[in-house]
Amino acid sequence: MSPRKILSAFWQALWPPLSALALTFALGSAIIAAIGENPLSVFALIFREGLTSADGFARVLNDATPLVFTGLSVAYAFRAGYFNIGGEGQLYMGAFAAMLVATALPGLPRVLALPLALLAAALGGAVWGAVPGYLRARFGVHEVINTIMMNFLAVGITGYLVVHHMKERGQMIPHTPLIPEAYRLEGFGRSGWGQAIGLDSANPLGPSLVLALLAVAAVWFLFRRTVEGYRLRTLGLSPAAARYAGMSTRALTVRAMAVSGALAGLVGVHEVLLYRHRFLDNFSSGLGFLGIAVALMGRNHPLGVLLAALLFGFLNTGALEIDIFTEVPRELVMVMQAMVILFVVAASELASRRAKRRRKEEAA
Amino acid sequence: MKVRLEGLSKSFPGVRAVDQVSLEYESGKLYALVGENGAGKSTLMKLLYGMLPPDEGRILIDGAPVSLGSPQDAIALGIGMVHQHFMLVDTLSAAENVVLGAEPLKGGLIDRDAARRAVRENAERFHLDLDPDAPMESLSVGEAQRVEILKVLYRGAELLIFDEPTGVLTPQESRFLFEILRRFTGEGKTVILITHKLDEVLELADEVDVMRRGRYVGRVSGSEASAEGLARMMVGREVLFRVEKGHARPGDVLLELEGIGLDAAPARRALEDVSFSIRRGEIFGVAGVEGNGQREIASLVTGMLAPDRGRLLFAGEVRPKLDPKGARRLGIAHVPEDRQRTGLVLDMDLGENLILGQEEDPALGSRGLLWPSRVQDLAARRIEGFDLRASDPRQSARELSGGNQQKLILARELARNPALLVASQPTRGVDVGAIESIHRLLIEKRDAGMAVLLFSSELSELLALCDRIGVLYRGRMAAVLDAAGCDEEELGLWITGAKEAGHVS
Repeated sequence: MSPRKILSAFWQALWPPLSALALTFALGSAIIAAIGENPLSVFALIFREGLTSADGFARVLNDATPLVFTGLSVAYAFRAGYFNIGGEGQLYMGAFAAMLVATALPGLPRVLALPLALLAAALGGAVWGAVPGYLRARFGVHEVINTIMMNFLAVGITGYLVVHHMKERGQMIPHTPLIPEAYRLEGFGRSGWGQAIGLDSANPLGPSLVLALLAVAAVWFLFRRTVEGYRLRTLGLSPAAARYAGMSTRALTVRAMAVSGALAGLVGVHEVLLYRHRFLDNFSSGLGFLGIAVALMGRNHPLGVLLAALLFGFLNTGALEIDIFTEVPRELVMVMQAMVILFVVAASELASRRAKRRRKEEAA
Repeated sequence: MKVRLEGLSKSFPGVRAVDQVSLEYESGKLYALVGENGAGKSTLMKLLYGMLPPDEGRILIDGAPVSLGSPQDAIALGIGMVHQHFMLVDTLSAAENVVLGAEPLKGGLIDRDAARRAVRENAERFHLDLDPDAPMESLSVGEAQRVEILKVLYRGAELLIFDEPTGVLTPQESRFLFEILRRFTGEGKTVILITHKLDEVLELADEVDVMRRGRYVGRVSGSEASAEGLARMMVGREVLFRVEKGHARPGDVLLELEGIGLDAAPARRALEDVSFSIRRGEIFGVAGVEGNGQREIASLVTGMLAPDRGRLLFAGEVRPKLDPKGARRLGIAHVPEDRQRTGLVLDMDLGENLILGQEEDPALGSRGLLWPSRVQDLAARRIEGFDLRASDPRQSARELSGGNQQKLILARELARNPALLVASQPTRGVDVGAIESIHRLLIEKRDAGMAVLLFSSELSELLALCDRIGVLYRGRMAAVLDAAGCDEEELGLWITGAKEAGHVS
């Protein structure tokens, strides 16, 4: 490909999210100005912590980590042509499974305990993704409906079990007891090198970030360098062609949804093994759904997901700052996140229409 | 009305779609505009219809230069266009669709009677045979096209442009349309017909304009034009319409269908007791009006469908559970009818399209890996081997012309030297030059011992290529004929059921 073509391909991929971002900040400014604050200083505040101190940036990364998992999850299924909006349920099941393993096998040594818990988190999410995948492949039931339903099931089941059967004794908070030491991941702030670069010892950023980066690389590799990834992309772009080529599209569908679920399930590693060291009922507050926004913003590309998660991490971290230091409520960040999603969807649609029109003109 | 195009040019990024074209149209004549895909026919007409602004040149009507900034301007000057893809509202009636956007008003409301009257008047004048009150969704494709024509007439068009109007029509509907076009020119209107079907051109056109690669090649009067001559002007070289082929030397029986039956939902038989066999080194054609079971047979042989009754044998063995993967393993290659959605993944690049169905080839990577560099190497070799006009294996399949897309599929399917090739409509929508090379390729492979099962709606193509031809009529194999002793007329009678078994002399 010629350099010009590569450049134009980059531009094609990047202008929708970038213009959405620009519009969002413009509209956000209007809202802030209406409240009576200076937009520039509010935005500066949002990004200040994350950009000026190592500790602040680590908090941004920590906020971004679960979004990388859920964003990858949505992107993975989307590339295969399916819309998995069950990330929320899948991450609850992943977290719950990790907690169950830790509770059931307290005596395991660390070298076995950690991989096992990680596997359990992936598996919990995978099962919750595979069920709608199977229903879609076998009976043609639309995965959007089923993944939504599976969300309610996951929240209901884990909530019931935690509140009525597994709650820590003598506690009002609906959470399970702490998991055994062998299963716990520690934040970088506790380590010597972490403190040396200026992280607070309470800084939550930890090894789950490394796992998230590995997941980004693995998904990228899978799509670009493996037969499975080639088949998934074929299925997503043209199911008829996949069938024609002799691919077993049903198995492919179930696998796509299972892996998508597993990626969401890995949020359990972050939440249970690292962040809380236990399962808290209803902990997610929409991480799964934010994953949809992250995937949209990242144009379903692993690297895009990483960047989008980082942006959302900045916004979430900054929300706290503007709450404390300005008259602007922290909900502004939620409003801005919603605007980004709306604008990205609109801009992507515009981009594909423009591409279609250009193709038509060239064909004429 | 006299329309003059003077030195029109239009470029798109990377292509000069229309290059210095000058033309003149007089009223009362039918002009055909021919050329291969991508020759610039449609772009030129879009300039005339105001859909695109020209980069250079001007358009004059009755000697006065006009500026066409939009189709509205063109319509106001009496230029109308009937598009290949209809722009109609399904839930409205025929008359409502006709007046949509230019409704006759009475006291601020739509004057339905006036609309109906106007539609009926035009319909009767040109024998368009259409009920103004019929809801759009109840109309056939041919009737929908007549609604489009009425729309153009209603807006007072004196010059009518038709973009590939017969592409979607049945032969009978095409006849009907031709009569309508004749009536238009009889009434002094000008008709421009964009097409790549040379037989239509020879039958209808008063004047034929030829374009090649954006340039205007010349004008031939319809009475003096010949298919060979026009094809030469379009392609820029001699084109063989007759396929040169020697006698087939058929080998053993490769594929056998025995009493195959297939039920379509609900309680309709898609196929009934179909039996035939194909030998190695033989081209077996299937003739029939579309929808008589061709698609089903192609799907059965390639493993996309399983029969409800009967047996399918390949290389002497019964294959009860054939799936697409199994069929590929046996050496059955498939050029599907729907090349853009089934045969290709348009948004993937050429390399990725060239390995579709062969992605597990050990030459591309082992243990589930697929190395892009090896895919590109393979693509580059095949692109060269099959004379694909593609500059770069990384460009997407969407960017290729129809003919090159089809060659891409053939290159892939033939690369593994299959024992049997199932080819459905391999030359539909493909331009003349590419048809020639596809035909040559099929004969070549036949002579090398490959068996071919060919489905085509072009009887002349079947007769030119096939050794034997089976006729499908209402899901039954009505006859199997020797292609050498058969002609188009006889085949035409068979496929319309006029020559049912038993009536044969």
